[in-house]
Amino acid sequence: MATLNLHQVTKSFGDTHVIKGVDLVVKDQEFVVFVGPSGCGKSTLLRMIAGLESTSGGDIVIDDQRVNELGPAERGLAMVFQSYALYPHMTVEDNMGFSLKLAGVSQQERRQKVLEAAKILQLEPLLERKPKALSGGQRQRVAIGRAIVRNPSIFLFDEPLSNLDAALRVQMRIELARLHEELKATMIYVTHDQIEAMTMADKIVVLQGGVVEQVGSPMELYHHPRNRFVAGFIGSPKMNFLKVEARSSDAQGVTVTVPGGESVKVPVEGDAITAGQALELGIRPEHLMLDDQGPLAARVSVIERLGGQTSLYVEMDGELLTLMVDGDVGHRVGDRIRFGFAPSRAHLFDEQGLALAGLERHPLASLTRQDNRAASTADA
Amino acid sequence: MTLMNKNRTSGRTVGGLRTLSLQAPAVTLLLLWMIVPLAMTIWFSFQRYNLLMPGMTGFAGVENYEYLLTDPALWSAMGTTLLLVGWVLVITVVGGTLLAVLFQQEFLGRGIARVLAISPFFVMPTVSALVWKNMMMHPANGVLAWLAESLGLPALDWFSSLPLTSIIIIVSWQWLPFALLILLTAMQSLDDDQVEAARMDGAGPLAIFFYITLPHLKRAISVVVMIEMIFLLTIFAEIFVTTSGGPGLATTNLAYLIYIRALLDFDVGTASAGGVIAIILANIVAIFLVRMVAKNLEQ
Amino acid sequence: MTTSPSTASAIRSAPAAAERGAAAQRAQRWRKLGITLLGWGVALTIFFPIFWMILTGFKTEAEAIADPSLIFTPTLDSYVEVQERADYIKFAWNSVVVSFGSTLLALLIAIPSAYAMAFLPTKRTKGTLLWMLSTKMLPSVGVLVPIYLLFRDIGLLDTRLGLTIVYTLMNLPIVVWMLYTFFKDLPKDILEAGRMDGAGTLQEVWYLLLPLTLPGIASTGLLSVILSWNEAFWSLNLTTSQAAPLTAYIASFSSPEGLFWAKLSAASTMAIAPILIFGWLTQKQMVRGLTFGAVK
Repeated sequence: MATLNLHQVTKSFGDTHVIKGVDLVVKDQEFVVFVGPSGCGKSTLLRMIAGLESTSGGDIVIDDQRVNELGPAERGLAMVFQSYALYPHMTVEDNMGFSLKLAGVSQQERRQKVLEAAKILQLEPLLERKPKALSGGQRQRVAIGRAIVRNPSIFLFDEPLSNLDAALRVQMRIELARLHEELKATMIYVTHDQIEAMTMADKIVVLQGGVVEQVGSPMELYHHPRNRFVAGFIGSPKMNFLKVEARSSDAQGVTVTVPGGESVKVPVEGDAITAGQALELGIRPEHLMLDDQGPLAARVSVIERLGGQTSLYVEMDGELLTLMVDGDVGHRVGDRIRFGFAPSRAHLFDEQGLALAGLERHPLASLTRQDNRAASTADA
Repeated sequence: MTLMNKNRTSGRTVGGLRTLSLQAPAVTLLLLWMIVPLAMTIWFSFQRYNLLMPGMTGFAGVENYEYLLTDPALWSAMGTTLLLVGWVLVITVVGGTLLAVLFQQEFLGRGIARVLAISPFFVMPTVSALVWKNMMMHPANGVLAWLAESLGLPALDWFSSLPLTSIIIIVSWQWLPFALLILLTAMQSLDDDQVEAARMDGAGPLAIFFYITLPHLKRAISVVVMIEMIFLLTIFAEIFVTTSGGPGLATTNLAYLIYIRALLDFDVGTASAGGVIAIILANIVAIFLVRMVAKNLEQ
Repeated sequence: MTTSPSTASAIRSAPAAAERGAAAQRAQRWRKLGITLLGWGVALTIFFPIFWMILTGFKTEAEAIADPSLIFTPTLDSYVEVQERADYIKFAWNSVVVSFGSTLLALLIAIPSAYAMAFLPTKRTKGTLLWMLSTKMLPSVGVLVPIYLLFRDIGLLDTRLGLTIVYTLMNLPIVVWMLYTFFKDLPKDILEAGRMDGAGTLQEVWYLLLPLTLPGIASTGLLSVILSWNEAFWSLNLTTSQAAPLTAYIASFSSPEGLFWAKLSAASTMAIAPILIFGWLTQKQMVRGLTFGAVK
């Protein structure tokens, strides 16, 4: 059992407020990912949970105990650093067993625990080596092994995959997910890469400027972003935004005029919307479809062919829009195309950047990775 | 809110206390080392206190300072100090850089040659001064005199015709290896990619030296300048052994002047006043030069 | 048979290119030879005074002042005579005790201080560091009188302990500064990982900081030993016989033996031999330490 609660946690360096009152609940065995652009405070928040950074205000509670005043080791957590932070003068075995050594655990027991962890991570053949003699991926695994040996209540990961090459990153991502399942541990993971967040998280916490923008499952964030920032940050390629004008609103949605003059009715709550109000329409590239009858028209300026899919970049109102379309479309740069979208896939944002709530909830919005697992067991 | 504020202040104080307690031994010792003698020096500097005249003691006011500040020896000593420090710095930094470039090249027996070249740094200043005075620069039997004669030139009496230059040569000989050691070390950390990129851009050896190597050495040069300055400002043994400050005052730097007053004239009062002046000067130099260098070190 | 003009010229130029290559290789060889000669020439010139001193120590007094010559019958007479006059071993032992003792003491005091500066910096840290260094710029002569009187009163004059204390304080600023630069270069993550693993300050220093910065600490210590060994001002003024190190030993030969070069050279050679050999043996270590610290 390991839960974490943050109540109005703040952090200031002098007059600079880095974390501005964060509330968060992390449940037992949950995989929570903090994601956000660099400088958003996600690493600082993680380090505050770890105890490496002091807390200016609020409470950090682990398993019903307030830990603000406890040192990093007393909190019973383990952390995997971005740089791995392996002790270069110790062998892999000594690296992994260092915390036990400090805790006064006998050498025999130490060795046994290290071996257990090494087995999980397939590190057994490397135990006598020094970190210098390891590859990036192996170092990463030793760093994780060092955390496992401590048998922590919560694992903390600070951008652990950012120093690996792309192929290895995918592999480690899968390995981490597997590890989470095997250890049944609570994990908090910091990354700036929204793909890592989407693929691994039970719950994503999107941070910006020291403030939590939204907390939710990956599918919820994808289908129901609370505001323009989250909408733009989650999903790849980035969501397209178009300036539109509200025409009317009723129980079935809000009707807006898109560039080019045509009208589209988006099924969102529009009680507060008045005619003539400026709004922003957001549509993900994968939801834009080539359509000769579509309401939008533009000229293709760049084409990226990935094989199975093709990205078309078109210019509209001085903004570059992206369309993810089938790999077999034959368009060329300079072609004039018409395209459209299913209104239920579109999002509307007001002047403050807040999303107008969708009238219907996406069926997968509440799905977590745990549900994925349940489904797969049921299939089997 | 109160809770929040309390946390913050307590957290800071604990960190501050820790810093303080860890630094305490070094800081306290250095403070004592500085302040006790300083206080005593300042005290003596206002006293009439000559070891040769035990009866004549008492408060002297600014008499010692007046005597010293109107003494032309003081100004000449300051000039000598600056000349000495300045020239040795120039010679060792420029020479050290060139030597570092040379010893960076691959050649047969480079390791041994390098060890020979840095050897003077390990020789105690008294010994090196003695060797230079007697065996190198001696007007009759020195190696330099013999060399000059074999070339048909008149032998030079180094210490009477070029006293300060001679001292500068000796001190430079001692500190050149230090500069070489540090700069060579720094040069080895130069990124090969950078040099290769410059070569791709069409840079010749000279351009590479001036645009790549030299900027890379900036930090190391700062280190050399700072450490040498610390030692050169208080050069003593070399002067003591070779010229005893002469002829006249030609090689009397500030440290040596105070020594003359204190230990040769037994005038503790005046010597202490000189000490105070030297300390003030040292602090001025420290403030200006060290800060300048320190800025370089931060990067 | 038709050969295009360009191919023809290419064929014609092939030997020319080969010749150019050979010429370049020859130039390369000459360049290498030049550098070798220059490197050795410079090294030998710099080393010459030391070499000459060592050589003179094995000459007779008459040979020593004769025209420079490399050909003579080596003799140990000067060494024997010098040893009869003063017990070299006693002075050398004083030098060893004082320079290693003061270095050890300085490291012990400086490590906590440098640790605090590197890992728990405050606004005053930079200032403190600069102030420490500036204390080194005070001419020792300026404070000699009070220190002398003080030492006389507490009985530290002419004791190894007294000299050790002075050298410790003399080298402390440089030792603190060098250690600070080494410590600061240590990745912060590693110490934090240690803290996560449950290391207290002492364990952090013992298990992580010291082993990881050992090359730096070693080179700092080496520099401190060398500086203490060669210090002449305090040793001449604060010691007379009991605690006198090799600098005093050499001074005792300098004035009366001014004209007896062979004996002076023999004494000088003995005075610098230990530290010179020590320096030769450890220079690699010193360079290694400096590489990752102060001048990286």
